[in-house]
Amino acid sequence: MKYKSQAVAKPYFIAAMGLFVAQILFGLIMGLQYVIGDFLFPHIPFNVARMVHTNALIVWLLMGFMGSAYYLVPEEAETELHSPKLALILFWIFLVAAALTVIGYLAVPYATLAKITGNDLLPTMGREFLEQPTITKIGIVIVALGFLYNLSMTFLKGRKTAIASVLMLGLWGLAIFFLFSFYNPHNLVKDKFYWWWVVHLWVEGVWELILGAILAFVLIKVTGVDREVIEKWLYVIITLALVSGMVGTGHHYFWIGAPEFWQWWGSIFSALEPVPFFAMTLFAFNMVNRRRREHPNRAATLWALGTGVMAFLGAGVWGFLHTLAPVNFYTHGSQITAAHGHMAFYGAYVMVVLTMISYAMPLMRGRAANSNKAQVVEMWAFWLMTVSMVFITLFLTAAGILQVWLQRVSDTPLSFMATQDQISLFYWMREAAGLVFLIGVVTYLVSFFIKGEERAA
Amino acid sequence: MSSTFTTSAARNIFYGGAVFSFLLLLALTFRTEQVLPQRDQRAQLDNPQVVAGKRIWENNNCIGCHTLLGEGAYFAPELGNVYKRRGPDFIKAWIKGQPTGAPGRRQMPQFNLTEQELDDMVAFLKYASEINTAKWPPNIEG
Repeated sequence: MKYKSQAVAKPYFIAAMGLFVAQILFGLIMGLQYVIGDFLFPHIPFNVARMVHTNALIVWLLMGFMGSAYYLVPEEAETELHSPKLALILFWIFLVAAALTVIGYLAVPYATLAKITGNDLLPTMGREFLEQPTITKIGIVIVALGFLYNLSMTFLKGRKTAIASVLMLGLWGLAIFFLFSFYNPHNLVKDKFYWWWVVHLWVEGVWELILGAILAFVLIKVTGVDREVIEKWLYVIITLALVSGMVGTGHHYFWIGAPEFWQWWGSIFSALEPVPFFAMTLFAFNMVNRRRREHPNRAATLWALGTGVMAFLGAGVWGFLHTLAPVNFYTHGSQITAAHGHMAFYGAYVMVVLTMISYAMPLMRGRAANSNKAQVVEMWAFWLMTVSMVFITLFLTAAGILQVWLQRVSDTPLSFMATQDQISLFYWMREAAGLVFLIGVVTYLVSFFIKGEERAA
Repeated sequence: MSSTFTTSAARNIFYGGAVFSFLLLLALTFRTEQVLPQRDQRAQLDNPQVVAGKRIWENNNCIGCHTLLGEGAYFAPELGNVYKRRGPDFIKAWIKGQPTGAPGRRQMPQFNLTEQELDDMVAFLKYASEINTAKWPPNIEG
Protein backbone atom coordinates (compact mmCIF):
# COMPACT_ATOMS: atom_id res chain seq x y z
CA MET A 1 0.00 0.00 0.00
CA LYS A 2 1.63 3.23 -1.16
CA TYR A 3 -0.80 5.75 0.31
CA LYS A 4 -2.26 5.74 3.80
CA SER A 5 -5.73 6.73 2.60
CA GLN A 6 -6.05 3.59 0.47
CA ALA A 7 -6.90 1.83 3.72
CA VAL A 8 -10.49 3.14 3.55
CA ALA A 9 -11.07 0.24 1.16
CA LYS A 10 -10.88 -2.21 4.04
CA PRO A 11 -14.28 -1.66 5.68
CA TYR A 12 -15.87 -1.79 2.21
CA PHE A 13 -14.30 -5.17 1.55
CA ILE A 14 -15.29 -6.53 4.96
CA ALA A 15 -18.90 -5.41 4.57
CA ALA A 16 -18.93 -6.85 1.05
CA MET A 17 -17.94 -10.24 2.41
CA GLY A 18 -20.63 -10.07 5.10
CA LEU A 19 -23.30 -9.38 2.48
CA PHE A 20 -21.85 -12.14 0.30
CA VAL A 21 -22.58 -14.62 3.09
CA ALA A 22 -26.14 -13.29 3.44
CA GLN A 23 -26.61 -13.58 -0.33
CA ILE A 24 -25.57 -17.24 -0.35
CA LEU A 25 -27.70 -18.18 2.69
CA PHE A 26 -30.81 -16.69 1.10
CA GLY A 27 -29.91 -18.36 -2.18
CA LEU A 28 -29.94 -21.70 -0.40
CA ILE A 29 -33.35 -20.90 1.12
CA MET A 30 -34.72 -20.14 -2.35
CA GLY A 31 -33.13 -23.25 -3.80
CA LEU A 32 -34.87 -25.35 -1.18
CA GLN A 33 -38.18 -23.59 -1.80
CA TYR A 34 -37.91 -24.70 -5.42
CA VAL A 35 -38.33 -28.29 -4.23
CA ILE A 36 -39.99 -27.95 -0.81
CA GLY A 37 -42.43 -25.25 -1.79
CA ASP A 38 -43.68 -24.33 1.68
CA PHE A 39 -40.25 -24.17 3.33
CA LEU A 40 -40.25 -21.17 5.76
CA PHE A 41 -43.64 -20.04 4.42
CA PRO A 42 -45.21 -17.66 5.39
CA HIS A 43 -42.26 -16.20 7.32
CA ILE A 44 -39.95 -15.84 4.33
CA PRO A 45 -41.94 -16.12 1.08
CA PHE A 46 -39.90 -16.82 -2.04
CA ASN A 47 -40.12 -13.27 -3.35
CA VAL A 48 -38.63 -11.91 -0.11
CA ALA A 49 -35.77 -14.40 -0.14
CA ARG A 50 -35.12 -13.50 -3.76
CA MET A 51 -35.00 -9.77 -3.04
CA VAL A 52 -32.45 -10.36 -0.31
CA HIS A 53 -30.47 -12.71 -2.56
CA THR A 54 -30.27 -10.35 -5.54
CA ASN A 55 -30.12 -7.04 -3.67
CA ALA A 56 -27.39 -8.30 -1.31
CA LEU A 57 -25.42 -9.31 -4.40
CA ILE A 58 -25.83 -5.92 -6.04
CA VAL A 59 -24.92 -4.02 -2.87
CA TRP A 60 -21.90 -6.13 -2.06
CA LEU A 61 -20.60 -5.83 -5.61
CA LEU A 62 -21.08 -2.06 -5.38
CA MET A 63 -19.25 -2.12 -2.03
CA GLY A 64 -16.52 -4.14 -3.71
CA PHE A 65 -16.29 -1.70 -6.64
CA MET A 66 -16.15 1.24 -4.25
CA GLY A 67 -13.49 -0.36 -2.09
CA SER A 68 -11.53 -1.27 -5.21
CA ALA A 69 -11.78 2.29 -6.51
CA TYR A 70 -10.70 3.81 -3.19
CA TYR A 71 -7.68 1.53 -3.27
CA LEU A 72 -6.89 1.84 -6.97
CA VAL A 73 -7.37 5.53 -7.79
CA PRO A 74 -4.93 6.98 -5.21
CA GLU A 75 -2.27 4.49 -6.25
CA GLU A 76 -2.73 5.19 -9.96
CA ALA A 77 -3.01 8.95 -9.41
CA GLU A 78 -0.01 8.86 -7.07
CA THR A 79 -1.65 11.01 -4.46
CA GLU A 80 -3.63 10.60 -1.24
CA LEU A 81 -7.40 10.27 -1.49
CA HIS A 82 -9.15 13.67 -1.50
CA SER A 83 -11.09 12.91 1.69
CA PRO A 84 -10.71 9.61 3.56
CA LYS A 85 -13.18 10.94 6.12
CA LEU A 86 -15.93 11.36 3.51
CA ALA A 87 -15.23 7.84 2.27
CA LEU A 88 -15.78 6.45 5.77
CA ILE A 89 -18.91 8.50 6.42
CA LEU A 90 -20.39 7.31 3.10
CA PHE A 91 -19.46 3.76 3.99
CA TRP A 92 -21.57 3.87 7.14
CA ILE A 93 -24.47 5.60 5.40
CA PHE A 94 -24.44 2.96 2.67
CA LEU A 95 -24.16 0.06 5.10
CA VAL A 96 -26.93 1.32 7.40
CA ALA A 97 -29.22 2.06 4.43
CA ALA A 98 -28.60 -1.42 3.04
CA ALA A 99 -29.22 -3.04 6.43
CA LEU A 100 -32.43 -1.07 7.00
CA THR A 101 -33.67 -2.01 3.55
CA VAL A 102 -33.03 -5.71 4.16
CA ILE A 103 -34.72 -5.49 7.57
CA GLY A 104 -37.67 -3.82 5.82
CA TYR A 105 -37.88 -6.70 3.31
CA LEU A 106 -37.86 -9.28 6.08
CA ALA A 107 -39.92 -7.57 8.78
CA VAL A 108 -43.04 -6.37 6.98
CA PRO A 109 -45.01 -7.35 3.87
CA TYR A 110 -43.66 -5.62 0.79
CA ALA A 111 -46.88 -3.63 0.33
CA THR A 112 -46.46 -2.25 3.85
CA LEU A 113 -42.87 -1.31 3.10
CA ALA A 114 -44.06 0.49 -0.03
CA LYS A 115 -46.64 2.35 2.00
CA ILE A 116 -44.47 3.46 4.92
CA THR A 117 -41.67 4.59 2.62
CA GLY A 118 -44.07 6.70 0.58
CA ASN A 119 -43.74 4.79 -2.68
CA ASP A 120 -46.87 6.48 -4.05
CA LEU A 121 -45.11 9.87 -4.06
CA LEU A 122 -42.56 8.60 -6.58
CA PRO A 123 -43.34 4.97 -7.43
CA THR A 124 -40.16 3.08 -8.31
CA MET A 125 -40.63 -0.15 -6.33
CA GLY A 126 -41.71 -3.63 -7.33
CA ARG A 127 -39.54 -4.00 -10.40
CA GLU A 128 -36.98 -6.79 -10.58
CA PHE A 129 -33.64 -5.86 -8.94
CA LEU A 130 -34.95 -2.33 -8.33
CA GLU A 131 -37.17 -3.39 -5.42
CA GLN A 132 -35.51 -0.94 -3.00
CA PRO A 133 -37.81 1.71 -1.52
CA THR A 134 -37.53 5.03 -3.35
CA ILE A 135 -35.81 6.61 -0.34
CA THR A 136 -33.14 3.89 -0.46
CA LYS A 137 -32.65 4.65 -4.15
CA ILE A 138 -32.23 8.33 -3.33
CA GLY A 139 -29.73 7.32 -0.64
CA ILE A 140 -27.79 5.29 -3.20
CA VAL A 141 -27.63 8.32 -5.49
CA ILE A 142 -26.34 10.53 -2.64
CA VAL A 143 -23.69 7.98 -1.65
CA ALA A 144 -22.69 7.58 -5.30
CA LEU A 145 -22.37 11.33 -5.79
CA GLY A 146 -20.20 11.73 -2.69
CA PHE A 147 -18.11 8.78 -3.79
CA LEU A 148 -17.67 10.15 -7.31
CA TYR A 149 -16.84 13.63 -6.00
CA ASN A 150 -14.19 12.19 -3.70
CA LEU A 151 -12.58 10.07 -6.39
CA SER A 152 -12.87 12.62 -9.17
CA MET A 153 -11.05 15.20 -7.01
CA THR A 154 -8.35 12.61 -6.34
CA PHE A 155 -8.15 11.69 -10.01
CA LEU A 156 -7.98 15.30 -11.17
CA LYS A 157 -5.13 16.31 -8.89
CA GLY A 158 -2.94 13.33 -9.78
CA ARG A 159 -1.49 11.28 -12.61
CA LYS A 160 -4.17 10.33 -15.10
CA THR A 161 -3.48 6.78 -16.18
CA ALA A 162 -5.60 4.87 -18.66
CA ILE A 163 -6.65 2.42 -15.94
CA ALA A 164 -7.87 5.16 -13.62
CA SER A 165 -9.61 6.98 -16.49
CA VAL A 166 -11.47 3.85 -17.58
CA LEU A 167 -12.45 3.09 -13.99
CA MET A 168 -13.76 6.63 -13.45
CA LEU A 169 -15.71 6.49 -16.70
CA GLY A 170 -17.25 3.20 -15.65
CA LEU A 171 -18.20 4.51 -12.21
CA TRP A 172 -19.75 7.69 -13.60
CA GLY A 173 -21.67 5.60 -16.10
CA LEU A 174 -22.89 3.37 -13.30
CA ALA A 175 -24.29 6.37 -11.42
CA ILE A 176 -25.82 8.00 -14.49
CA PHE A 177 -27.59 4.89 -15.77
CA PHE A 178 -28.93 4.20 -12.27
CA LEU A 179 -31.03 7.35 -12.67
CA PHE A 180 -33.26 5.41 -15.08
CA SER A 181 -34.48 3.49 -12.02
CA PHE A 182 -36.54 6.58 -11.16
CA TYR A 183 -38.36 6.44 -14.49
CA ASN A 184 -41.37 4.19 -14.10
CA PRO A 185 -44.03 5.01 -16.69
CA HIS A 186 -47.53 3.48 -16.58
CA ASN A 187 -46.85 2.11 -20.05
CA LEU A 188 -45.54 -1.39 -19.34
CA VAL A 189 -43.54 -1.62 -22.57
CA LYS A 190 -41.73 1.65 -21.90
CA ASP A 191 -41.24 0.67 -18.26
CA LYS A 192 -39.52 -2.54 -19.35
CA PHE A 193 -37.63 -0.87 -22.19
CA TYR A 194 -35.91 1.70 -19.99
CA TRP A 195 -35.56 -0.67 -17.01
CA TRP A 196 -32.92 -2.37 -19.15
CA TRP A 197 -31.02 0.91 -19.37
CA VAL A 198 -30.17 0.32 -15.74
CA VAL A 199 -29.82 -3.45 -15.77
CA HIS A 200 -28.28 -4.23 -19.15
CA LEU A 201 -26.25 -1.05 -19.55
CA TRP A 202 -24.80 -1.81 -16.13
CA VAL A 203 -23.80 -5.44 -16.46
CA GLU A 204 -23.12 -5.57 -20.18
CA GLY A 205 -21.95 -1.97 -20.40
CA VAL A 206 -20.33 0.28 -17.84
CA TRP A 207 -19.61 -2.46 -15.29
CA GLU A 208 -17.35 -4.06 -17.90
CA LEU A 209 -15.23 -0.91 -17.83
CA ILE A 210 -14.90 -1.30 -14.06
CA LEU A 211 -14.14 -4.99 -14.45
CA GLY A 212 -11.52 -4.34 -17.11
CA ALA A 213 -9.84 -1.57 -15.12
CA ILE A 214 -9.63 -3.61 -11.90
CA LEU A 215 -8.32 -6.64 -13.74
CA ALA A 216 -5.73 -4.55 -15.59
CA PHE A 217 -4.60 -2.95 -12.31
CA VAL A 218 -4.10 -6.28 -10.55
CA LEU A 219 -2.36 -7.79 -13.60
CA ILE A 220 0.16 -4.94 -13.71
CA LYS A 221 0.88 -5.50 -10.03
CA VAL A 222 1.22 -9.27 -10.04
CA THR A 223 2.96 -9.71 -13.40
CA GLY A 224 5.11 -6.61 -13.70
CA VAL A 225 4.32 -6.45 -17.43
CA ASP A 226 4.71 -2.96 -18.99
CA ARG A 227 1.82 -0.65 -18.33
CA GLU A 228 1.88 0.31 -22.02
CA VAL A 229 1.01 -3.24 -23.08
CA ILE A 230 -1.68 -3.74 -20.46
CA GLU A 231 -3.38 -0.43 -21.16
CA LYS A 232 -3.55 -1.18 -24.86
CA TRP A 233 -5.26 -4.49 -24.13
CA LEU A 234 -7.64 -2.74 -21.77
CA TYR A 235 -8.75 -0.26 -24.43
CA VAL A 236 -9.24 -3.00 -27.01
CA ILE A 237 -11.31 -5.11 -24.60
CA ILE A 238 -13.60 -2.30 -23.50
CA THR A 239 -14.05 -1.11 -27.08
CA LEU A 240 -15.28 -4.58 -28.00
CA ALA A 241 -17.45 -4.63 -24.88
CA LEU A 242 -19.25 -1.39 -25.60
CA VAL A 243 -19.57 -1.84 -29.36
CA SER A 244 -21.20 -5.26 -28.87
CA GLY A 245 -22.99 -4.53 -25.60
CA MET A 246 -24.71 -1.20 -26.25
CA VAL A 247 -26.81 -2.26 -29.22
CA GLY A 248 -26.73 -5.76 -27.73
CA THR A 249 -29.32 -4.37 -25.30
CA GLY A 250 -31.69 -5.34 -28.08
CA HIS A 251 -31.57 -9.02 -27.06
CA HIS A 252 -33.94 -8.00 -24.25
CA TYR A 253 -36.35 -6.31 -26.63
CA PHE A 254 -37.52 -9.32 -28.64
CA TRP A 255 -40.74 -10.17 -26.77
CA ILE A 256 -41.72 -7.23 -24.57
CA GLY A 257 -43.67 -5.25 -27.14
CA ALA A 258 -40.76 -3.39 -28.74
CA PRO A 259 -40.55 -3.27 -32.56
CA GLU A 260 -39.43 -6.45 -34.29
CA PHE A 261 -36.35 -4.88 -35.91
CA TRP A 262 -34.73 -5.47 -32.51
CA GLN A 263 -34.67 -9.20 -33.30
CA TRP A 264 -32.00 -8.46 -35.92
CA TRP A 265 -30.07 -5.77 -34.12
CA GLY A 266 -30.19 -7.58 -30.78
CA SER A 267 -29.23 -10.98 -32.20
CA ILE A 268 -26.32 -9.74 -34.30
CA PHE A 269 -24.74 -7.39 -31.79
CA SER A 270 -25.24 -9.56 -28.75
CA ALA A 271 -23.81 -12.53 -30.64
CA LEU A 272 -20.58 -10.52 -30.56
CA GLU A 273 -20.70 -10.05 -26.78
CA PRO A 274 -18.54 -13.15 -26.09
CA VAL A 275 -15.67 -11.56 -28.05
CA PRO A 276 -14.55 -9.04 -25.38
CA PHE A 277 -14.75 -11.78 -22.74
CA PHE A 278 -12.63 -14.07 -24.87
CA ALA A 279 -10.15 -11.24 -25.30
CA MET A 280 -10.13 -10.83 -21.53
CA THR A 281 -9.20 -14.48 -21.05
CA LEU A 282 -6.40 -14.21 -23.61
CA PHE A 283 -5.29 -11.01 -21.92
CA ALA A 284 -5.09 -12.52 -18.43
CA PHE A 285 -3.21 -15.64 -19.55
CA ASN A 286 -0.90 -13.71 -21.87
CA MET A 287 0.11 -11.25 -19.19
CA VAL A 288 0.71 -13.97 -16.61
CA ASN A 289 2.81 -15.97 -19.12
CA ARG A 290 4.89 -12.88 -19.89
CA ARG A 291 5.32 -12.00 -16.22
CA ARG A 292 8.54 -10.31 -15.21
CA ARG A 293 8.31 -11.12 -11.55
CA GLU A 294 7.08 -13.90 -9.31
CA HIS A 295 4.64 -12.09 -7.11
CA PRO A 296 4.28 -13.79 -3.72
CA ASN A 297 0.49 -13.48 -3.91
CA ARG A 298 -0.28 -16.49 -6.07
CA ALA A 299 -3.89 -16.57 -4.91
CA ALA A 300 -4.57 -13.15 -6.44
CA THR A 301 -3.08 -14.35 -9.73
CA LEU A 302 -5.34 -17.40 -9.65
CA TRP A 303 -8.41 -15.21 -9.10
CA ALA A 304 -7.37 -12.94 -11.98
CA LEU A 305 -7.01 -15.89 -14.37
CA GLY A 306 -10.25 -17.36 -13.08
CA THR A 307 -12.10 -14.13 -13.75
CA GLY A 308 -11.11 -14.23 -17.40
CA VAL A 309 -12.13 -17.84 -17.92
CA MET A 310 -15.35 -17.80 -15.92
CA ALA A 311 -16.52 -14.46 -17.29
CA PHE A 312 -16.04 -15.85 -20.79
CA LEU A 313 -17.94 -19.05 -19.97
CA GLY A 314 -20.74 -17.44 -17.95
CA ALA A 315 -21.30 -14.15 -19.70
CA GLY A 316 -19.91 -15.13 -23.10
CA VAL A 317 -20.77 -18.75 -23.85
CA TRP A 318 -23.89 -19.09 -21.68
CA GLY A 319 -25.08 -15.72 -22.91
CA PHE A 320 -24.62 -16.71 -26.54
CA LEU A 321 -26.50 -19.99 -25.95
CA HIS A 322 -29.83 -18.19 -25.80
CA THR A 323 -29.20 -14.77 -27.33
CA LEU A 324 -30.32 -15.39 -30.92
CA ALA A 325 -33.96 -14.44 -31.37
CA PRO A 326 -35.17 -17.79 -32.82
CA VAL A 327 -33.60 -19.62 -29.86
CA ASN A 328 -34.64 -17.03 -27.31
CA PHE A 329 -38.24 -17.38 -28.47
CA TYR A 330 -38.22 -20.73 -26.65
CA THR A 331 -35.79 -20.03 -23.80
CA HIS A 332 -36.92 -16.52 -22.75
CA GLY A 333 -37.73 -16.43 -19.04
CA SER A 334 -36.78 -20.06 -18.40
CA GLN A 335 -34.18 -21.71 -16.18
CA ILE A 336 -31.72 -21.16 -19.04
CA THR A 337 -31.81 -17.49 -18.13
CA ALA A 338 -31.20 -18.37 -14.48
CA ALA A 339 -28.24 -20.59 -15.42
CA HIS A 340 -26.64 -17.79 -17.43
CA GLY A 341 -27.31 -15.21 -14.72
CA HIS A 342 -25.59 -17.26 -12.04
CA MET A 343 -22.39 -18.02 -13.90
CA ALA A 344 -22.12 -14.60 -15.52
CA PHE A 345 -22.43 -12.70 -12.25
CA TYR A 346 -20.05 -15.05 -10.48
CA GLY A 347 -17.50 -15.24 -13.27
CA ALA A 348 -17.39 -11.59 -14.14
CA TYR A 349 -18.24 -9.51 -11.11
CA VAL A 350 -17.94 -11.68 -8.02
CA MET A 351 -14.58 -12.98 -9.17
CA VAL A 352 -13.13 -9.61 -10.11
CA VAL A 353 -14.05 -8.17 -6.70
CA LEU A 354 -12.51 -11.22 -5.01
CA THR A 355 -9.43 -10.73 -7.19
CA MET A 356 -9.04 -7.19 -5.91
CA ILE A 357 -9.72 -8.22 -2.31
CA SER A 358 -7.21 -11.02 -2.63
CA TYR A 359 -4.58 -8.62 -3.93
CA ALA A 360 -5.26 -5.60 -1.71
CA MET A 361 -6.28 -7.07 1.64
CA PRO A 362 -2.83 -8.50 2.55
CA LEU A 363 -1.25 -5.14 1.64
CA MET A 364 -3.71 -3.28 3.84
CA ARG A 365 -2.85 -5.71 6.61
CA GLY A 366 0.83 -4.83 6.25
CA ARG A 367 2.24 -7.67 4.15
CA ALA A 368 2.97 -8.32 0.49
CA ALA A 369 0.99 -11.53 0.56
CA ASN A 370 -0.56 -13.92 3.01
CA SER A 371 1.35 -16.90 4.30
CA ASN A 372 1.60 -19.90 2.03
CA LYS A 373 -0.76 -21.77 4.33
CA ALA A 374 -3.42 -19.06 4.10
CA GLN A 375 -3.06 -18.90 0.33
CA VAL A 376 -3.53 -22.63 -0.03
CA VAL A 377 -6.80 -22.36 1.90
CA GLU A 378 -7.85 -19.39 -0.24
CA MET A 379 -7.14 -21.39 -3.39
CA TRP A 380 -9.22 -24.26 -2.03
CA ALA A 381 -12.02 -21.74 -1.62
CA PHE A 382 -11.47 -20.61 -5.22
CA TRP A 383 -11.89 -24.15 -6.54
CA LEU A 384 -14.81 -25.03 -4.28
CA MET A 385 -16.76 -21.93 -5.29
CA THR A 386 -15.82 -22.06 -8.96
CA VAL A 387 -16.43 -25.76 -9.52
CA SER A 388 -19.72 -25.71 -7.59
CA MET A 389 -20.83 -22.70 -9.65
CA VAL A 390 -20.07 -24.66 -12.82
CA PHE A 391 -22.32 -27.43 -11.51
CA ILE A 392 -25.08 -25.03 -10.43
CA THR A 393 -25.01 -23.68 -13.98
CA LEU A 394 -25.00 -27.12 -15.60
CA PHE A 395 -27.93 -28.35 -13.46
CA LEU A 396 -29.96 -25.22 -14.17
CA THR A 397 -29.16 -25.57 -17.86
CA ALA A 398 -30.41 -29.16 -17.82
CA ALA A 399 -33.52 -28.05 -15.95
CA GLY A 400 -33.99 -25.27 -18.49
CA ILE A 401 -33.68 -27.51 -21.53
CA LEU A 402 -36.23 -29.93 -20.09
CA GLN A 403 -38.51 -27.08 -19.08
CA VAL A 404 -38.43 -25.57 -22.56
CA TRP A 405 -39.11 -28.94 -24.11
CA LEU A 406 -41.97 -30.01 -21.84
CA GLN A 407 -43.68 -26.65 -21.60
CA ARG A 408 -42.98 -24.94 -24.91
CA VAL A 409 -41.82 -27.33 -27.64
CA SER A 410 -43.78 -30.52 -27.03
CA ASP A 411 -46.99 -31.22 -28.99
CA THR A 412 -48.76 -31.72 -25.68
CA PRO A 413 -47.35 -28.90 -23.57
CA LEU A 414 -47.48 -29.24 -19.78
CA SER A 415 -48.47 -26.36 -17.54
CA PHE A 416 -45.77 -24.40 -15.72
CA MET A 417 -46.23 -26.18 -12.38
CA ALA A 418 -46.56 -29.65 -13.93
CA THR A 419 -43.28 -28.98 -15.73
CA GLN A 420 -41.61 -27.85 -12.50
CA ASP A 421 -42.56 -31.16 -10.88
CA GLN A 422 -40.91 -33.04 -13.73
CA ILE A 423 -37.57 -31.29 -13.35
CA SER A 424 -37.27 -31.26 -9.56
CA LEU A 425 -34.36 -33.72 -9.60
CA PHE A 426 -32.19 -31.02 -11.17
CA TYR A 427 -33.28 -28.50 -8.56
CA TRP A 428 -32.16 -30.94 -5.85
CA MET A 429 -28.78 -31.29 -7.51
CA ARG A 430 -28.50 -27.52 -7.85
CA GLU A 431 -29.18 -27.20 -4.13
CA ALA A 432 -26.44 -29.73 -3.34
CA ALA A 433 -24.00 -27.78 -5.51
CA GLY A 434 -25.14 -24.65 -3.67
CA LEU A 435 -24.18 -26.23 -0.36
CA VAL A 436 -20.69 -26.89 -1.72
CA PHE A 437 -20.58 -23.24 -2.75
CA LEU A 438 -21.40 -22.26 0.84
CA ILE A 439 -18.55 -24.46 2.06
CA GLY A 440 -16.35 -22.57 -0.39
CA VAL A 441 -17.48 -19.22 1.01
CA VAL A 442 -16.79 -20.37 4.58
CA THR A 443 -13.37 -21.67 3.51
CA TYR A 444 -12.71 -18.30 1.89
CA LEU A 445 -13.53 -16.44 5.10
CA VAL A 446 -11.43 -18.86 7.15
CA SER A 447 -8.42 -18.12 4.93
CA PHE A 448 -8.31 -14.57 6.34
CA PHE A 449 -7.62 -15.90 9.81
CA ILE A 450 -4.85 -18.36 8.96
CA LYS A 451 -1.45 -17.31 10.20
CA GLY A 452 1.95 -18.62 9.13
CA GLU A 453 5.11 -17.02 7.80
CA GLU A 454 4.38 -13.84 5.89
CA ARG A 455 6.55 -11.65 3.77
CA ALA A 456 6.70 -7.99 4.68
CA ALA A 457 5.11 -5.53 2.27
CA MET B 1 0.52 -5.99 -29.87
CA SER B 2 2.83 -4.27 -32.34
CA SER B 3 4.42 -0.92 -31.67
CA THR B 4 2.67 0.71 -34.62
CA PHE B 5 -0.60 0.30 -32.72
CA THR B 6 -0.10 2.86 -29.96
CA THR B 7 -2.00 3.30 -26.72
CA SER B 8 -3.36 6.63 -27.88
CA ALA B 9 -4.67 5.01 -31.05
CA ALA B 10 -6.36 2.35 -28.90
CA ARG B 11 -7.83 5.05 -26.70
CA ASN B 12 -9.19 6.99 -29.67
CA ILE B 13 -10.78 3.87 -31.12
CA PHE B 14 -12.38 3.23 -27.73
CA TYR B 15 -13.89 6.69 -27.40
CA GLY B 16 -14.98 6.73 -31.03
CA GLY B 17 -16.51 3.26 -30.78
CA ALA B 18 -18.29 4.03 -27.53
CA VAL B 19 -19.80 7.28 -28.78
CA PHE B 20 -20.84 5.71 -32.08
CA SER B 21 -22.45 2.74 -30.35
CA PHE B 22 -24.34 4.92 -27.93
CA LEU B 23 -25.61 7.13 -30.75
CA LEU B 24 -26.73 4.02 -32.63
CA LEU B 25 -28.60 2.86 -29.52
CA LEU B 26 -30.22 6.30 -29.25
CA ALA B 27 -31.25 6.25 -32.91
CA LEU B 28 -32.83 2.80 -32.55
CA THR B 29 -34.55 3.98 -29.37
CA PHE B 30 -35.92 7.01 -31.19
CA ARG B 31 -37.30 4.75 -33.90
CA THR B 32 -38.75 2.45 -31.21
CA GLU B 33 -40.64 5.36 -29.66
CA GLN B 34 -42.16 6.11 -33.09
CA VAL B 35 -43.33 2.53 -33.63
CA LEU B 36 -44.49 1.76 -30.09
CA PRO B 37 -47.97 3.33 -30.31
CA GLN B 38 -48.96 0.60 -32.80
CA ARG B 39 -47.87 -2.16 -30.42
CA ASP B 40 -48.10 -1.17 -26.77
CA GLN B 41 -51.88 -0.75 -26.28
CA ARG B 42 -51.35 2.72 -24.82
CA ALA B 43 -54.98 3.68 -25.29
CA GLN B 44 -55.80 1.30 -22.44
CA LEU B 45 -53.78 3.50 -20.08
CA ASP B 46 -56.68 5.97 -20.18
CA ASN B 47 -58.48 3.44 -18.04
CA PRO B 48 -57.56 4.29 -14.42
CA GLN B 49 -58.06 0.64 -13.46
CA VAL B 50 -55.10 -0.41 -15.62
CA VAL B 51 -52.87 2.20 -14.01
CA ALA B 52 -54.05 1.23 -10.52
CA GLY B 53 -53.53 -2.44 -11.37
CA LYS B 54 -49.92 -1.83 -12.34
CA ARG B 55 -49.33 -0.13 -8.98
CA ILE B 56 -50.85 -3.12 -7.14
CA TRP B 57 -48.65 -5.42 -9.21
CA GLU B 58 -45.58 -3.43 -8.14
CA ASN B 59 -46.53 -2.84 -4.52
CA ASN B 60 -46.91 -6.56 -3.88
CA ASN B 61 -43.70 -7.52 -5.68
CA CYS B 62 -45.46 -9.99 -7.97
CA ILE B 63 -42.33 -10.03 -10.15
CA GLY B 64 -40.48 -11.63 -7.21
CA CYS B 65 -42.03 -15.02 -8.08
CA HIS B 66 -43.72 -14.63 -11.49
CA THR B 67 -42.57 -13.56 -14.92
CA LEU B 68 -44.40 -10.89 -16.90
CA LEU B 69 -43.67 -11.05 -20.64
CA GLY B 70 -40.88 -13.45 -19.66
CA GLU B 71 -39.13 -11.12 -17.23
CA GLY B 72 -38.98 -11.62 -13.49
CA ALA B 73 -38.49 -14.66 -11.29
CA TYR B 74 -38.95 -18.21 -12.57
CA PHE B 75 -40.64 -19.65 -9.50
CA ALA B 76 -44.25 -19.23 -10.57
CA PRO B 77 -46.18 -19.10 -13.87
CA GLU B 78 -45.91 -16.47 -16.59
CA LEU B 79 -48.65 -13.86 -16.13
CA GLY B 80 -48.33 -11.84 -19.33
CA ASN B 81 -50.88 -14.13 -20.94
CA VAL B 82 -52.68 -15.38 -17.83
CA TYR B 83 -55.77 -13.37 -18.76
CA LYS B 84 -56.06 -15.42 -21.94
CA ARG B 85 -55.08 -18.69 -20.24
CA ARG B 86 -57.41 -18.47 -17.25
CA GLY B 87 -59.82 -15.57 -17.67
CA PRO B 88 -60.82 -12.84 -15.20
CA ASP B 89 -62.93 -14.87 -12.76
CA PHE B 90 -60.30 -17.54 -12.25
CA ILE B 91 -57.62 -14.91 -11.61
CA LYS B 92 -59.69 -13.23 -8.89
CA ALA B 93 -60.70 -16.50 -7.26
CA TRP B 94 -57.12 -17.73 -7.33
CA ILE B 95 -55.68 -14.63 -5.64
CA LYS B 96 -58.45 -14.75 -3.01
CA GLY B 97 -57.88 -18.43 -2.32
CA GLN B 98 -54.17 -18.16 -1.44
CA PRO B 99 -52.27 -19.69 0.20
CA THR B 100 -53.43 -23.19 -0.65
CA GLY B 101 -51.53 -24.67 2.28
CA ALA B 102 -50.97 -27.90 0.34
CA PRO B 103 -48.02 -29.55 2.09
CA GLY B 104 -44.72 -29.29 0.25
CA ARG B 105 -46.21 -27.20 -2.57
CA ARG B 106 -45.06 -23.72 -3.52
CA GLN B 107 -47.15 -21.15 -1.68
CA MET B 108 -48.42 -17.75 -2.76
CA PRO B 109 -49.09 -15.29 0.07
CA GLN B 110 -52.53 -13.83 0.84
CA PHE B 111 -52.40 -10.18 -0.25
CA ASN B 112 -55.81 -9.15 1.18
CA LEU B 113 -56.85 -7.26 -1.96
CA THR B 114 -60.27 -5.61 -2.01
CA GLU B 115 -62.81 -6.43 -4.74
CA GLN B 116 -61.90 -3.12 -6.39
CA GLU B 117 -58.18 -3.95 -6.28
CA LEU B 118 -58.84 -7.40 -7.73
CA ASP B 119 -60.67 -5.79 -10.64
CA ASP B 120 -57.79 -3.36 -11.15
CA MET B 121 -55.35 -6.26 -11.18
CA VAL B 122 -57.43 -8.06 -13.80
CA ALA B 123 -57.60 -4.90 -15.93
CA PHE B 124 -53.81 -4.61 -15.79
CA LEU B 125 -53.31 -8.27 -16.75
CA LYS B 126 -55.77 -7.90 -19.60
CA TYR B 127 -53.81 -4.90 -20.87
CA ALA B 128 -50.54 -6.85 -20.58
CA SER B 129 -52.01 -9.78 -22.51
CA GLU B 130 -52.92 -7.54 -25.44
CA ILE B 131 -49.47 -6.00 -25.98
CA ASN B 132 -47.97 -7.12 -29.30
CA THR B 133 -45.14 -9.42 -28.19
CA ALA B 134 -44.21 -10.79 -31.60
CA LYS B 135 -46.23 -13.97 -30.87
CA TRP B 136 -44.36 -14.83 -27.66
CA PRO B 137 -44.90 -17.06 -25.67
CA PRO B 138 -44.80 -20.13 -27.97
CA ASN B 139 -48.05 -21.51 -26.53
CA ILE B 140 -50.72 -20.64 -23.98
CA GLU B 141 -48.83 -22.28 -21.09
CA GLY B 142 -46.40 -19.34 -21.13
